[in-house]
Amino acid sequence: MAIWVDKSTRVIVQGITGREGTFHAKGCRDYGTNVVGGVTPGKGGTTHEDFPVFDTVRDAREKAGANCSLIFVPPAFAADAVMEACDAGIELIVCITEGIPVNDMMKAHDFLKKTNARRVTANETPSRLIGPNCPGIITPGQAKIGIMPGHIHKPGPIGIVSRSGTLTYEAVGQTRDIGQSTAVGIGGDPLPGTNFIDCLAAFQADPATEAIIMIGEIGGTAEEDAAVYVKAFVTKPVVAFIAGQTAPPGRRMGHAGAIISGGTGTAAEKMNALAAAGIHVVKAPSDMGKRIVEVMGSA
Amino acid sequence: MKVHEYQAKEILRRYGVPTPRGIVADTPDEAFRAAKELGGRVVVKAQIHAGGRGKGGGVKLAKTADEAAGLTKQMLGMTLVTHQTGPEGRIVRKVLIEEALNIDKELYLGITLDRRLGMNVIMASAQGGMDIEEVAAKDPNAIERVAVDSVLGVQPFQARRVAYSLGLSGDAFKKCVDFVQKLMRAYVETDASLAEINPLLVTKEGDVLALDCKMNFDDNALYRHKDVVEMRDLHEEDPLEVEASHFGLNYIKLDGNVGCMVNGAGLAMATMDIIKLAGGEPANFLDVGGGASAEQVKNAFRIILSDKNVKAILINIFGGIMRGDRIAEGVVSASREIGLPVPVVVRLEGTNVDLGKQILKDSGLPLITADGMWDAATKVVAAAKGQA
Repeated sequence: MAIWVDKSTRVIVQGITGREGTFHAKGCRDYGTNVVGGVTPGKGGTTHEDFPVFDTVRDAREKAGANCSLIFVPPAFAADAVMEACDAGIELIVCITEGIPVNDMMKAHDFLKKTNARRVTANETPSRLIGPNCPGIITPGQAKIGIMPGHIHKPGPIGIVSRSGTLTYEAVGQTRDIGQSTAVGIGGDPLPGTNFIDCLAAFQADPATEAIIMIGEIGGTAEEDAAVYVKAFVTKPVVAFIAGQTAPPGRRMGHAGAIISGGTGTAAEKMNALAAAGIHVVKAPSDMGKRIVEVMGSA
Repeated sequence: MKVHEYQAKEILRRYGVPTPRGIVADTPDEAFRAAKELGGRVVVKAQIHAGGRGKGGGVKLAKTADEAAGLTKQMLGMTLVTHQTGPEGRIVRKVLIEEALNIDKELYLGITLDRRLGMNVIMASAQGGMDIEEVAAKDPNAIERVAVDSVLGVQPFQARRVAYSLGLSGDAFKKCVDFVQKLMRAYVETDASLAEINPLLVTKEGDVLALDCKMNFDDNALYRHKDVVEMRDLHEEDPLEVEASHFGLNYIKLDGNVGCMVNGAGLAMATMDIIKLAGGEPANFLDVGGGASAEQVKNAFRIILSDKNVKAILINIFGGIMRGDRIAEGVVSASREIGLPVPVVVRLEGTNVDLGKQILKDSGLPLITADGMWDAATKVVAAAKGQA
C-alpha cells in the first residue's frame, strides 16, 4: 500500500518528444514505472525511444489504457495540457513544468473543478492534479512519476510531503535507513493542485504509512491550514520543517509562492501554528530524519 | 516585476481608469514645462519602487511652475529613505509632475490573489492613504473583500458592493463602480499580481481617480507582455541580482558573511536557516537551479565573491538528475579558474556522491568536505570566523 501511485499505475508523458520529456520518461521506465506511452500533438502513430506516441491524451487513454499523466509541456502551453488530461479522464495528473502564469492555472483549476463535479455526479473518478512546479510523486520500489533520483528511496513507513523539490530529497536521504511509503512534492507555486491537507488525509488513511514528514516554506497559509487539519484528524505522528526562517520580507525566495508579504506567511507564524497542533517542529533541516525516528520510537 | 507609479498610471489609462493628468520629468526644465502645461499648481512626486514616499520628502506640492522646477532640482539625485527602501534608500532619477486636485475623500482599493480561495480579491477600505496592512491589523472589518471568479470576471453587483462599502453615493458612486470594473480588467489582462490604488481619490467635484498606483506583475506571464517588460528599471534592482539572472541564477543579496550556493529554492532557504542556527549569518540566497555545470558554478562563485562581506562559502548540492561527479568536476574547475580567496565548504549528496567526494579530494584544492547539512554549516561558520 501507498498513496495514489503503485505498480498498477499506467503513465503517459505529455511532451514526451521534448528533451526533458524524453529524459525523464526513460528515467521513470528504468525505475520500473509502467510508462505506456506519450503524447505530442502531430506525432501520433510514431514511436519515440520505444514509447508509442499519441496525438491526444484521449487517444493515449483509450489505446494504451493510461490513468496517469506526467507533464513536461513548456509553461505557455502547460495549463492547456493539464485541462486536456483532465478532460480525457486521467485520474492523476502530475505537472512538473515550472513558470506557468497564475492566470492560466486559475483557469485550469476552474476547469478541473467543474469537470470533476460532473464526474463525481456520474460516479466516475475525478482528476487529481499534483503540482505544477514540483518534482512529482514516488512510491519506492513501485512507481516513480517525476524527476526525483529514484535510487535514494527505499520502501518503508514514512510518508513525505513537501513544497520544495531538493528538500524532499533531503528528507528522503535522512530516512534512508527506514524508508518511505510515498513521497509527494506538491510544488512551489501559489496555487498547487494538491495541498498539504490532501496528502495528510491520504497518509492518515494509508496503512503503510506510520509517520509523516511535512516540509513547508514561507508564503501563504497552507501550513497553518494543515495544522488545523492535523489537530482534528491526524493521529499518526507528524514532523515538520519550515524553510525560510531567515528570509527577509518582501523578497521572493525562488518559488513563486515563497514570499513574506504584509507581515504574514513568516516561518515563525507557521512553526507556532504547527507546534500548537501537536506537530513535532524541527528548527534545523538536518533534524528531520532524527526526529521522526524518535517520535516513532515513543509512539 | 515592479514598475514606477507613472508607468502603472500609463497602463491604467489604457484601460480607461481615470488618473490625474501628469507628465514625467528627468530635469528641472522638463518639470517647469510640465507644470506650466498642467496649470501651475502641481504635485512633484519622486519615482522609486517603494511606498511611503510622502513621509520621506518625496511628494511635495508646488504652487507655481518655478516652484515645481525648484522641488524637482532638490529631488533628482537625492537618496530617498522610506520604511520600504531599507536604510540605504533609493536614488531618485525621475519625478512625476501631476495636477493638484481638490481632495474630498481618500479611499483605498486593491486587487491581489487570495491563495486560500484561489481567486483574485478586491479589497476596499474607507481609510485611504494609510498602510493597508496597518488597517488590516487594527480593524480587519474596515476592509471589504470581494472574491472575483476567474472565468466570469467582476460582476456589476460586486463593483456596487465595493462602492457601497466605501460609503459613496450619487455621481461618485457611479464613477467608482466603473472604476472598479476597469481596474479589474487592467489587472487581469496585464497578468498583474498586485494593483493597489492608495489613495483612491474622490474630488470635491465628484470625480474618482487613482491618486497613487502600485502595480506588480506575474514574472511567469511577462513573455506575453513585451510592453510591460520594457518598463523594467534596472536601476531599482541590485546589480548583482540582475547579473545573476542573466546566467539563470536566482540570487538575492543579504547582510551576512557566509556565502551559499545551493540547488533548489527550498534547500537554499533551508541552508540559510541552518547557517544561522550554527551561529553564522548568510550573505545571500542563491539557487543554481537543476543543473550545476562547471559554467554555472563558476558564475555563481563570481557573483558570491563580488560581495566583499563574504568570508566563506558553503556549496550544498543534492544531486538528483545531476550526478555528484559532474558537480564535483564543476566545482574543481571553477575553483582552479577563479582561485579560492575564501575557504569553501562542499557538501555533496545524491547520485554518485562517493565519486564526487573523491574528485574533490584528489584535486589537491583546499576544499573542505562535509557530511550532512549540520556538519557543513558548522564548518563554514567556523571558517568564516577564521577558525578553519
